[in-house]
Amino acid sequence: MNIIIGGAAGDGMETIAHLLAKALVREGYGVLTTKDYMSRVRGGHNFSLLRVEAETPRASAATADILVALNEETFLLHREKLLPRGRIVFDPELFSLPAADDRGLPVKLRTLALAAGGKIMANTVAIGAVLSVLGLKPAAAVRLLAETFAPDTAQQNTAALLAGHEAAAKLCGTCFTMPPKSFEGPSIFLDGNQALGLAALASGCRFLSAYPMTPSTGIFSYLAGKQAEFGLVVEQAEDEIAAVNMALGASFAGVRAMTCTSGGGFALMAEGLSLAGMTETPLVIVVGMRPGPATGLPTRSEQGDLNFVLYAGHGEFPRAVLSATHLEDAFYRLNKAFDLADKYQMPVIFLSDQYFADTARAIPPYDFTRLRCERYLAGAENLVRPYKRYRLTDDGLSPRALPGQFPEETVLADSDEHDEDGHIIEDAATRGLMVSKRLRRLEALAAEMDEPELYGHPEPEILLLGWGSTYGILREAIETLRASHHRAALLHFRDLWPLPSAMVTKLLPLAKISFCAENNATGQFAGLLRRETGLTVDHKILRYDGRPFDSGEIVREVLKNV
Amino acid sequence: MCKAADYLKEETAWCPGCGNFAIRQALAEALAELCLPPHRVLMCSGIGQAAKMPHYIRVSGFNGLHGRALPPATGARVANTSLTVIVESGDGDSYGEGGNHFIHTVRRNPHLAHFVHNNQVYGLTKGQASPTSELGMKTGVQTGGVISPPLNPLALALIMGAGFVARCFSGEKEHLKETMKAALVFPGYALVDILQPCVTFNKLNTYAWYKTRVYPAEGHNTSDWMAALSLSRQWGEQIPLGIFYSVPRPTFESQLPALEGEPLALRPFSPLDVARAQDEFR
Repeated sequence: MNIIIGGAAGDGMETIAHLLAKALVREGYGVLTTKDYMSRVRGGHNFSLLRVEAETPRASAATADILVALNEETFLLHREKLLPRGRIVFDPELFSLPAADDRGLPVKLRTLALAAGGKIMANTVAIGAVLSVLGLKPAAAVRLLAETFAPDTAQQNTAALLAGHEAAAKLCGTCFTMPPKSFEGPSIFLDGNQALGLAALASGCRFLSAYPMTPSTGIFSYLAGKQAEFGLVVEQAEDEIAAVNMALGASFAGVRAMTCTSGGGFALMAEGLSLAGMTETPLVIVVGMRPGPATGLPTRSEQGDLNFVLYAGHGEFPRAVLSATHLEDAFYRLNKAFDLADKYQMPVIFLSDQYFADTARAIPPYDFTRLRCERYLAGAENLVRPYKRYRLTDDGLSPRALPGQFPEETVLADSDEHDEDGHIIEDAATRGLMVSKRLRRLEALAAEMDEPELYGHPEPEILLLGWGSTYGILREAIETLRASHHRAALLHFRDLWPLPSAMVTKLLPLAKISFCAENNATGQFAGLLRRETGLTVDHKILRYDGRPFDSGEIVREVLKNV
Repeated sequence: MCKAADYLKEETAWCPGCGNFAIRQALAEALAELCLPPHRVLMCSGIGQAAKMPHYIRVSGFNGLHGRALPPATGARVANTSLTVIVESGDGDSYGEGGNHFIHTVRRNPHLAHFVHNNQVYGLTKGQASPTSELGMKTGVQTGGVISPPLNPLALALIMGAGFVARCFSGEKEHLKETMKAALVFPGYALVDILQPCVTFNKLNTYAWYKTRVYPAEGHNTSDWMAALSLSRQWGEQIPLGIFYSVPRPTFESQLPALEGEPLALRPFSPLDVARAQDEFR
């Protein structure tokens, strides 16, 4: 069951989609929503896709059963996607459908909303209408309204919802049959940014400094709302340069700290990233990718900054790069980013993108007992005095103490090349020792990287490679492909740098044909794979129009070449 | 008993006769007289001759990037409010490269003392104009002389609402020390702009040039903002020294509910403490 809800920015599509989705989740369905929105506050065309199945889908579909058109433009733009037996919920006082189109369900959204208390609630009337069309009772949505709004507003919205439900019921009792529910206990319903915010909170992040930038702002605002209750500080910095440097100061002084941004903001943070590398200060940076260069497409999605985050920052220093693949994994993986940052005293970049950030799904609740929160600080029992922040060790890891932690022991970090004490040096010998000490940490770090997930046949003839947020879409493509080509599989990378290469080195040479699917124009991951392993994929499947893949196009591209 | 010598480290890389020596001595004496334990003092600096101070004073230090001394200092204050935080940097670092951070740190008002070594020239890069260089000053880059008027840090800080604004001269060490002490204990952002000669690159604003112009602003009421602004604008034949303004307003830290109680860095944490946070998504 697929529903498209569209209108102008400011019409409240997001509210409808969220309330409707959550009501369905509470009913026991598996729900996914994605957002497609323009970089403007009012007008334009925005829409949400809502997919409902027995089990939570991993990607949205290319077709729709129900189109909720809050304006005529929505109808015109999306009518091609609507199935022949689909239905269109629209306001007949706003526009009319072509005479030949008999799929319309005219509901006077604005008039009914006005009667309930205000035309702003036209979107709530639409929720009621959709629930009715799906043959569902309004009770779950009414409860949600009561949880969401103040009593007066909730009451008005309830009236609007019931009016929409009633009006649509008169047009068709039950237009659709809902899929069966596969209820497996309570679910949580959240989007990528909320999952990352929750993961940061649950990882003990106590300080976030950031500058608002789509698509990462959701992490920022999620954590901002938790400050008083959970004891963390969120500060909107004057720019991304301040954001990264504030986070470094907080980290140096002893709290887990993070910043979040997109490619353009990360560009301003490049100097601070290098500082984290030189001072060996733990730091987590979430980079939510959107299409560049420059301002690009601010509200769209791309995987175009992989090379940038791999190589950003002047000088040579180690870093880890992890990515968000799907909600079930990303929560634990961001926790891993915090763990690695503390354990290896280095910056860890976590790559997300607009598609991941704005896609919400119903999933089982997270298991907080799986999270790690060790700080890896020097202890009084094994402290070597006098304390030296950059003491040379076999594994390159110097015991990390905090300023103020040990009486009489000062802690000095330096962005200049320094000696073990942290003092400026210029001599060649110390420089050599310090460079190799910093880079030596990469050996142990590499062993911490998770091999990619293999989904499909264990010895694939058709091998599809992917990374990051395309996971759900590529997995669905493999499911489709396996109906005709049993020995197909997806090898999907979560940890990106240092590149875990054991599985791909084993599987790729054995495959008859290989593909790498990426949301960018140059195949950046395929390039990384070639540089690190010498392996070349046979075909790159690339999409760089700012929109996510749909699994159908992946299947078509693969079949074209098989 | 705390002694200034306990805060001093051996060698420095400054030119003989540099104003930084007196500033360093005054700071060591200020720290000793306040008897602040070195490990609980954090000095953040950027890059430049002044910014090398964490290497020459025995306290904890974060010697970061050029222009970026204030943001880590703010972050460190949030992380651990039991630290005394000092920012030590030059005029180029504080007012040029870090100008945006200067403006917004004044607004934020974290409890930190900002000591700016203002020698009106770039020393480390060998003699270019700084944001506070005099009009007409010729350098290897400003070959026809500086054509943009100098930035007035004290007036700017006052206009932006700074609670503590002072001007000192490296040649008046006792006054400098006392002002530093007042800045260190002031609850909020405290700016001390310290005039100092650059014996190598600034041939205009020499020790003698300053010495004949500076005078103590005696009898000034430090809670009179208009009078402070007026003093901050005096420059030329007569340059006033002193605490121009000292009126606390709520600090950044005091307005953050999360900072009530034990410093953030010292609080124990378990992920299970926040497991209830996912309930809102049910």
